[in-house]
Amino acid sequence: MLDSVPEILRLQAEGELSAVAIVTAALDRIAAVDATINAFTHTNRELSLAAAAEIDRKRSAGEPLGPLAGVPVAVKDVLCTRDMPTTCSSKMLKDFRPPYDAGVVEKLRAADAVIIGKSNMDEFAMGASTENSAFGITRNPWDTTRIPGGSSGGAAACVAAGMVPASLGTDTGGSIRQPAAMCGVTGMKPTYGRVSRYGLIAFASSLDQVGPLGWSVADIAPVMHAIAGHDHRDSTSLKHDVGSYTHALASKDLRGLKIGILRQTMSVEGIEDSVRKSVEEAAKVFVEAGAEIIEVDLPHSEYWVPTYYVIAPSEASSNLSRYDGAHYGHRAADIATDADLGPLVTTYCRSRAEGFGAEVKRRIMIGTYALSEGYADDYYNKALKVRRLIKSDYDAAFSQVDLLLGPVAPTPAFKLGDKVDDPLQMYLCDLFTTGANLAGIPALSMPSGFDASGLPLAIQLQAPALEEARLIFAGAAYQSVTDHHKKRPASFGEAV
Amino acid sequence: MSQIDGYPATTVIGLEVHVQLKTNTKLFCGCSTEFGAPPNTQVCPVCLGLPGALPVMNEAAIDLSVKAGLAIDCSIPPMTKWDRKQYFYPDLPKGYQISQFDLPICADGFIEIADPSNPDQTCKIGVIRAHLEEDAGKSMHDEAAGRSDTKIDLNRCGTPLLEIVSQPDMRSSAEAKAYLQELKLRMTHLGISDCEMQEGSLRVDANVNLHIDVDGKKVATPIVEVKNMNSFRAVERAIEYEVGRQYDLWEETGKTIKDESKTTRGWNDVDGKTFLQREKEESADYRYFPDPDLLPIRLPRERVEAIRASLGELPAALRERLQGQYGIKPYDADVIVNQGPGLITYFESVATISGDGKRASSWIQQDVMRAMNDQQIEITDYPITAEQLGDLLSRVSKGDLEQGRARDVLAHMIEKSCDVDQAIADLGIESVDNSEIENLCRELLAANPQVAEDYQAGKKQAVGSLIGQAKRKNPNANPQVVRETLLQILEQG
Repeated sequence: MLDSVPEILRLQAEGELSAVAIVTAALDRIAAVDATINAFTHTNRELSLAAAAEIDRKRSAGEPLGPLAGVPVAVKDVLCTRDMPTTCSSKMLKDFRPPYDAGVVEKLRAADAVIIGKSNMDEFAMGASTENSAFGITRNPWDTTRIPGGSSGGAAACVAAGMVPASLGTDTGGSIRQPAAMCGVTGMKPTYGRVSRYGLIAFASSLDQVGPLGWSVADIAPVMHAIAGHDHRDSTSLKHDVGSYTHALASKDLRGLKIGILRQTMSVEGIEDSVRKSVEEAAKVFVEAGAEIIEVDLPHSEYWVPTYYVIAPSEASSNLSRYDGAHYGHRAADIATDADLGPLVTTYCRSRAEGFGAEVKRRIMIGTYALSEGYADDYYNKALKVRRLIKSDYDAAFSQVDLLLGPVAPTPAFKLGDKVDDPLQMYLCDLFTTGANLAGIPALSMPSGFDASGLPLAIQLQAPALEEARLIFAGAAYQSVTDHHKKRPASFGEAV
Repeated sequence: MSQIDGYPATTVIGLEVHVQLKTNTKLFCGCSTEFGAPPNTQVCPVCLGLPGALPVMNEAAIDLSVKAGLAIDCSIPPMTKWDRKQYFYPDLPKGYQISQFDLPICADGFIEIADPSNPDQTCKIGVIRAHLEEDAGKSMHDEAAGRSDTKIDLNRCGTPLLEIVSQPDMRSSAEAKAYLQELKLRMTHLGISDCEMQEGSLRVDANVNLHIDVDGKKVATPIVEVKNMNSFRAVERAIEYEVGRQYDLWEETGKTIKDESKTTRGWNDVDGKTFLQREKEESADYRYFPDPDLLPIRLPRERVEAIRASLGELPAALRERLQGQYGIKPYDADVIVNQGPGLITYFESVATISGDGKRASSWIQQDVMRAMNDQQIEITDYPITAEQLGDLLSRVSKGDLEQGRARDVLAHMIEKSCDVDQAIADLGIESVDNSEIENLCRELLAANPQVAEDYQAGKKQAVGSLIGQAKRKNPNANPQVVRETLLQILEQG
């Protein structure tokens, strides 16, 4: 199987396969299946093969190699790449070629990973279904009539369809964990500040964080290790030591670990039985591994979504102002001057009207309203206060338990088009994930089984800030006794 | 309070001054802040606001802001933060300006100035706050030949500005000017800013209105903010123009501050008039919120105190000390202090070495500053060191060298790049011995018998006419020595 990071590293180390052979296989796989899945907005065979050839050359010359040498990695199209377009799946940035690599892309290259392409997403990372892409929807490899989740839908689907062993997504309110859950793969949202945001095109700066996706914890741990760490170009980047994420993988014994189950989330309206049962079964697995399960409360969890949907759009309305048709982004052609507005304002209005999709516009409107004079106190400033309460809920919970266990999304992957016209229904996909972003803590989404129709189910583990290693440790223990992460979608799961 | 037409009125002025901090690099990136580079050559992804780029704080700008705040007696809160101020404009690449809203870096200070209407008194002008922000770019409108192209230069984007907002404490254009001069002096003195108005490193907006006393009842005219003034003279003229305009408008329409919110006006220096820029209805909503890309700034007391300790003497204290220590007049102390730290140090060295502060002051103002002005140079580029000038002046004070001759010596020193002794030797001043002068005096007295007669008749000043002649015959003759020798000969009969 070429969908495993450790396996790819082993095959090369033992001389069984070259990086060029591995990357070729990935590219061939993309060529074969991506017409159906549409997980990529951009791939470049020549660049990828050249990068792979360079790794083979280094290996044969006995030069030192990075820890991800020859591993094909897809990068969400919200992360700047010097040699590939970076579009945010928006018409606004369809021709944008950044003059620099994002901090995480630099780190991947430094680790000798091969950046194989840019993965599709909801426009500017706004959405839960990857139906908001200007470059077409992405389909779920388990059932191509269904959404892959979002906004990192491409990042999850390209792993689930066996195109790459790992990818990078970004998570603002659940955008790594929710598509990972719906595509049956493992995804981690790191602690806010753990991974550099330099070169990550901002959606909501105080919530955005880059993280890895792969089939299992063993696949994402080395990627996480490669991208974590301080970056002086991001002022919110943390200076704490990273330590090793891979040595936590060997553990199977969870004796002494206290895991909290959220009382409220398990009884919330709208959560499907299959999801609830899957969490309860996972709890049993943890108990068998030696952990203790405790029921805990996060009293303000009902405010996660409303708080998130004030703060994220507020920041987005600001971050997206720069796409005005004058400096960056799409400029409307043949600007007709509005007699009242003049040519300048007309340029702004027409360019933004044409360049942005409906969901992005909706959030810009919400954010602009929430920040505006006379309303900021009722919305934005109040949301900041609630955010502090949410954070202190977590602090209180983590004084009792080491990890929190719960669902990722209320339902498995839904049908394409099902919620497109109902933004509020769509926003409820973020019911269980936004808390971690608001509190800045790390969280892990792992496959935990399948529902009756064969759709992947998932659980979420949340940990205190900077405790990514604890998530990997517990996740690895879970995956050592379960095989959900080893299942592959029927039509897209053959070995490549 | 002044009588304008009919009712007595008080002019109320508050100033918003943007000072460009003298950092080598911009506020949030490593780009150069140097003025005058070709358009769009001093830019990077951060100051251009390219997607994905993030701001990183320039600590030097924080220190300079704290220094500025301390220089105008502000308090420095232990925590300050960044906010985004949102508006669309082509010279604002991110669509927002990173600024400070509710927690500025400096708060609640004042500047003391000499009261222009009562020179013996001082008055305090309150400072509400000073906040740090990034500058925007520059739009250049090309409206030639029916076109309306606008070109954008983003070199200035991200340059650190400290906006110092005064209380509306000024009552005349002269007070406003005095405040600006004192503010500029402190900023340049401490190396906080160059304060070059032509280069935009000092920019002034004036908020002006009138409080008219109508039969004991105060009526305020609507506040006007005058922008875009590029000299102190323009600020003065604009305020004076506004005083007249607002009074006339009030007489005509009766509109007061209650009827109309603040309007923005520009200043046309050629016409000497202000003109309406933005209508009152367009009250901007900047939608301020804390910038999530930047952490709040904590300013530990030790850091603030270290900066306070580095301030040294501020101009007002310095002026007083120079007067007391070197016996110079307030006016002269003022002129020297206004020239900045380089010249002050120069003056103090010359005064100390020569032992004659007054002479040092007058030579520096007359000779040194004139040369600096003519040649457009800084004191550091002036060819004569303070040690050399001090040496020269000490000889004048001791009577070894006559003042006029000393100027020749100075000119020679500059021309030949030599020291005082060499110049004196080159000019042959030392070679004039007493017997030579005595011979010269006897020669002159013989040629001018009338002088001796007048002298004997009691008109002692008659010898004066011979001193000039002596100097013409021998330029190195010290007039003092000539006078004494003449008197000696005449006394001897």
